[in-house]
Amino acid sequence: MRALLVRDLKLAFRAGGGFGLGLAFFLIVTVLVPFSVGPQSDLLSTIAPGVLWLGALLACLLSLDRLLALDWEDGTLDLLATAPLPLEAAVSVKALAHWLTTGLPLVLAAPVLGVLLSLPGPGYLWLVVSLALGTPALSVVGTFGAALTVGLKRGGLLLSLLVLPLYVPTLIFGAEVARRGAAGMELATPLLMLAGITLGTAALLPFASAAVLRVNLR
Amino acid sequence: MMLRVQDLAIARGGLPVLDNLSFALEPGQALILRGPNGIGKTTLLRTLAGLQPPLHGLIEGADERVAYAAHSDGLKPTLTVTENLQFWARIFGAGTIDAALEAYDLHGLAERPAGSLSAGQKRRLGLARLLVTGRPIWILDEPTVSLDTSAVAMFAGAVRDHLKRGGSALIATHIDLGLDAEVLDLAPFRATLPALDDFDGAFT
Repeated sequence: MRALLVRDLKLAFRAGGGFGLGLAFFLIVTVLVPFSVGPQSDLLSTIAPGVLWLGALLACLLSLDRLLALDWEDGTLDLLATAPLPLEAAVSVKALAHWLTTGLPLVLAAPVLGVLLSLPGPGYLWLVVSLALGTPALSVVGTFGAALTVGLKRGGLLLSLLVLPLYVPTLIFGAEVARRGAAGMELATPLLMLAGITLGTAALLPFASAAVLRVNLR
Repeated sequence: MMLRVQDLAIARGGLPVLDNLSFALEPGQALILRGPNGIGKTTLLRTLAGLQPPLHGLIEGADERVAYAAHSDGLKPTLTVTENLQFWARIFGAGTIDAALEAYDLHGLAERPAGSLSAGQKRRLGLARLLVTGRPIWILDEPTVSLDTSAVAMFAGAVRDHLKRGGSALIATHIDLGLDAEVLDLAPFRATLPALDDFDGAFT
């Protein structure tokens, strides 16, 4: 498993690996929002938690179509399926590698971009906490979507259509934690729901991903 | 006994391609599969590798003992030759890559990224992967595509060494590898398609 994780991280950092793509997209989206909304800092600070969450979600989506498609194209998936490593473990590791190269940088960059949207003071901590708790679910659900569409030529658009509705619960509770945090309100309930969704998807979806992958490899 | 197949039927895209196929593979034995295009050689090999279920029939001894090499080699262009091999050696948990580099004369290319290799060199690297799997049954689908004569000799040598160590190999190929191997012609096992209903008859 470590070998697969190390390889995926190495591939992400090498030329054409796509590391930083999601981060740059996140940066651009959040910079564009004040341009389109206008320089009203009251309005901006109200919508900041939601905009940052939406930006992070779309940035996660951006690199999903290469998550399994590249391994399918060059035959690696066939070979991995015949390797001693269970396919469930392989998709879990791939989801983890996706989070480390896409989700984690977004979590770390979010407070800096919060400044651009004049996020209120107490909001920074809870923005980072909610993203750190929520983005792993985005990677795991995205891996499931990638497994569903592997083998389809240019399946990227279909992948987005399949995955975005599944992102809704995470978005609702994640943005709610960030919003309540910024307003200084009680936030235990959405925080627990967010953590529950992440743990539930991480525990169950790898089995579903491996099952659909086996069908798609036939 | 290494691998036994009994009364196997396989399908591709929902249509049966091979039926009533039985054979056995002993340690130290190689079996060459022959048959016209579309007979189902690749489908048979993928079924034996566990990538798809058979329609019916029995496959014994294939679980976790098969090293499969298909048309594509599973190489990452941005990783070096060493890194590519090392990855598969770690995944299969089987020893060092030196013997594999040696067998296919890849030492000179060890630090080159796989993306910069020629088609034949990539193929050699893909075949070298078999040596780091430590698996006893090699299942090879057209292994000699884009290999030159000296590389084909390297490959035949690697297969011979593998057989000497008690391994076995199942190879779909159209060229003569100079191996002391039995040939299994798949043509007699072609599945007869189920008779179609008289569709037009309903309209007359």
